[in-house]
Amino acid sequence: MINIFKTSKSVALSIDDFFDKIDLGILNFKKGINSYIKGNSEEFDLNLKTLNFLEKDADSIKRKIENEFYLHSLMPNYASDILNLLESVDDIIDRAKDVINQFDVEKPHLPEEIINDYLELVTLSVKSVENVIPAARIFFTSPDQVKDKIQKVLFYHRETDVLSNNIKRKIFQELETLKLSEKIHLRYFTFHIEQISDASKIVAQKLSSLVIKIKM
Amino acid sequence: MFLFFLTSGLFLGWTLGANDASNVFGSAVGSKMIRFKQAAIIASIFVVLGAVIQGYGGSETLGKLGSVDALGGAFTVALAAGVSVFWMTKLKLPVSTSQAIVGAIIGWNFFTENPTDLNSLTKIVTTWISGPILGGIFAILLFLLLQYILKKSKIHIIKLDGYIKFGLLVVGAFGSYSLGANNIANVVGVFVPSVPNIILDFGFFTLNGMQLLFLAGGLSISLGIITYSQRVMMTVGNSLMKLNAETAIVVVLAHSLVLFVFSSQSLSDLFVRIGLPEIPLVPVSSSQAIVGAILGIGLLKGGKNIQINVIGKIAFGWVVTPIIAGLIAFFALFFMSNVFNLKVSENTSKFIKNDITIRHNNITDTTETKIIDNFDVVSNEVTKVNIYKPLVIIIIVLLLVLILYQLYVINNLKDKDKLEEYQESIERYNIQQKLLENELKITTDANSKLEKEIEDKEIEQKKIALSIIRKNEILSKLKAEIENLKLKPEGKLKFSDLNSLKMLILENLNVEKERKSFNKYIKELDHAFYQNLIKKYPDLTDNEKKLCSLLRLKLTSKEIASILNITPKSVEVNRYRLRKKMNINKSEKLSKIIRNL
Repeated sequence: MINIFKTSKSVALSIDDFFDKIDLGILNFKKGINSYIKGNSEEFDLNLKTLNFLEKDADSIKRKIENEFYLHSLMPNYASDILNLLESVDDIIDRAKDVINQFDVEKPHLPEEIINDYLELVTLSVKSVENVIPAARIFFTSPDQVKDKIQKVLFYHRETDVLSNNIKRKIFQELETLKLSEKIHLRYFTFHIEQISDASKIVAQKLSSLVIKIKM
Repeated sequence: MFLFFLTSGLFLGWTLGANDASNVFGSAVGSKMIRFKQAAIIASIFVVLGAVIQGYGGSETLGKLGSVDALGGAFTVALAAGVSVFWMTKLKLPVSTSQAIVGAIIGWNFFTENPTDLNSLTKIVTTWISGPILGGIFAILLFLLLQYILKKSKIHIIKLDGYIKFGLLVVGAFGSYSLGANNIANVVGVFVPSVPNIILDFGFFTLNGMQLLFLAGGLSISLGIITYSQRVMMTVGNSLMKLNAETAIVVVLAHSLVLFVFSSQSLSDLFVRIGLPEIPLVPVSSSQAIVGAILGIGLLKGGKNIQINVIGKIAFGWVVTPIIAGLIAFFALFFMSNVFNLKVSENTSKFIKNDITIRHNNITDTTETKIIDNFDVVSNEVTKVNIYKPLVIIIIVLLLVLILYQLYVINNLKDKDKLEEYQESIERYNIQQKLLENELKITTDANSKLEKEIEDKEIEQKKIALSIIRKNEILSKLKAEIENLKLKPEGKLKFSDLNSLKMLILENLNVEKERKSFNKYIKELDHAFYQNLIKKYPDLTDNEKKLCSLLRLKLTSKEIASILNITPKSVEVNRYRLRKKMNINKSEKLSKIIRNL
């Protein structure tokens, strides 16, 4: 019986730890992209390395949580939904890692005209994640308050979408000096940064359905 | 004989355990929050404790409803209730043991023309209504309280899951205790008037006849829980409304409180002391209490999830159960008294044949009368049986047997483990051997196939080589023929001479084609050989390579000369050059070195 309390306490701590990794990861992502845009390659390399480590850590914590859930049949009615939610949260840091690695490998050329837009896009995308993580955290303690947090996530996701479209329009309609290949390359990076906010929207949707399920 | 008659009550206890344990642990086990084994052990222990410690109150009320004064009558009444419960469960109709036993007692009252105590009946029927209502009220209050606590405390839901699991076990234990305390009256209540007056002294504590009766009833309920309740728990689950863990704990606690309230003498006394009306100690239907609690929660949540048809079915069961049990009891009593001549009551009745009554009253030498008489005698005197010493001896013997058995099991397990390990390693070895054999077979087959192919190709090569040699011979012959013809004087040249020449030429026509295919074969067959040759001697010309491959076929210089369309002497010269190029000593054989490549 003591084991039940011990296990649940350890799983709760692991979940918190997992969210910490995602939080830190997304901050490193933001800083890394900013460093790249500003041409600070040392800083960029450091952020890239840190993000890779954090992603690996988050993965192993997630696996540990999954094992504990199955082994001790924790929350049998909601286990699959909760694990699914954690998987989606993990997807955010996975995408962030992929994007920053793509920057490292492909080294896209960002023209002066869109640098500010790119910085803003990264900020908006990261903000949607910064709001969804507290929402996920609060789900585990006060599910009633999740709804308020989710609104912000949806707002930032919408804003990211709009800005991303504007950037793409600018790339293809205004920057005539760029080659088609460069334009396509930039569109590809815009799309990937935007996808981070898409991932946080998926987490938000899963959270709302879980809250309804748990309150039923 | 008492124990024999008690079997019907024990059967009723078994059905109660099988059905009603799901009310206590159904949601927890059904949702896999608690393992069935854990639930069954806790429920069994606490049902027995509840029955023995607090089971008397409800039995007294049942006794007032109709005091089944003959052992045969008690047997038949309990059997009728048990059969009704079993039958209705088979028909998948919601059924309550409390209603079945009340119906059966009223059936006995009708049969024996005993007056039914309307006061007791009203009390019982009132609790059938007030039980679920109280269950609903308790559930609503507890649910609101729990919600408030959860909102204020902000417990992590994973930690909450742990607390709920623990809570479900504690509440389940309390529920089982209340179930035993309240529902034991249904199981053995009708046997109370006939219980032998006996006291068993266990040394540390004593149990009187009544407590022993309740203990037996409690054990029968436990048996029902262990043997049959799992299926009910897994299938019935949350048929009325889908419950989450928090709701389940509230529902079980509300149900347990209802059962506890209607079986606790101390609580009733407390009510009287503070000026409140006395609580009737009545066996309440566990299912009704749980349904009331679930409905309470359902109403609190807006009543959307409640399945009305299930409620209708339950209400139908509530009305039908006592009627069916009463009818079965009536006919069973008629059958028992008039066919088996079993005494079902001390009183006479128009349904009991007079001669039986007379015989029971007057003929004292029948076995049954003897038993009843003896029983009556016994019942007037308290028989105290000290079983302290035998109990201690039995416990020691049992412990010794258990230890020996455990040692045997452990030893056996070790041997078994070793044997299994040994067998496993043998099996593994055999499998590996088979695999290796298979691999070897496959490789051997492939090798022999390749060897066969090489052999075939070598034969083919030789055939082609021989054919070239033969054709070269023909050409030489042709040359010789032409030389002969040249020597013949002019005008003596015959048509037949030319014809024979034509025939020789026609035979020779395919030589070039065959040579080409021969070269192709050599290349195919000697691919590896060629590779090695080039690797070791990169300076060799194409003709030298060809010579090497022909030497490898063990052909003589004459045969090689014929194939390459050169003179044997040229072959010798070429061989000499080749030796030089390959830096071969005079003592070494060229063909041997080439074959070893």
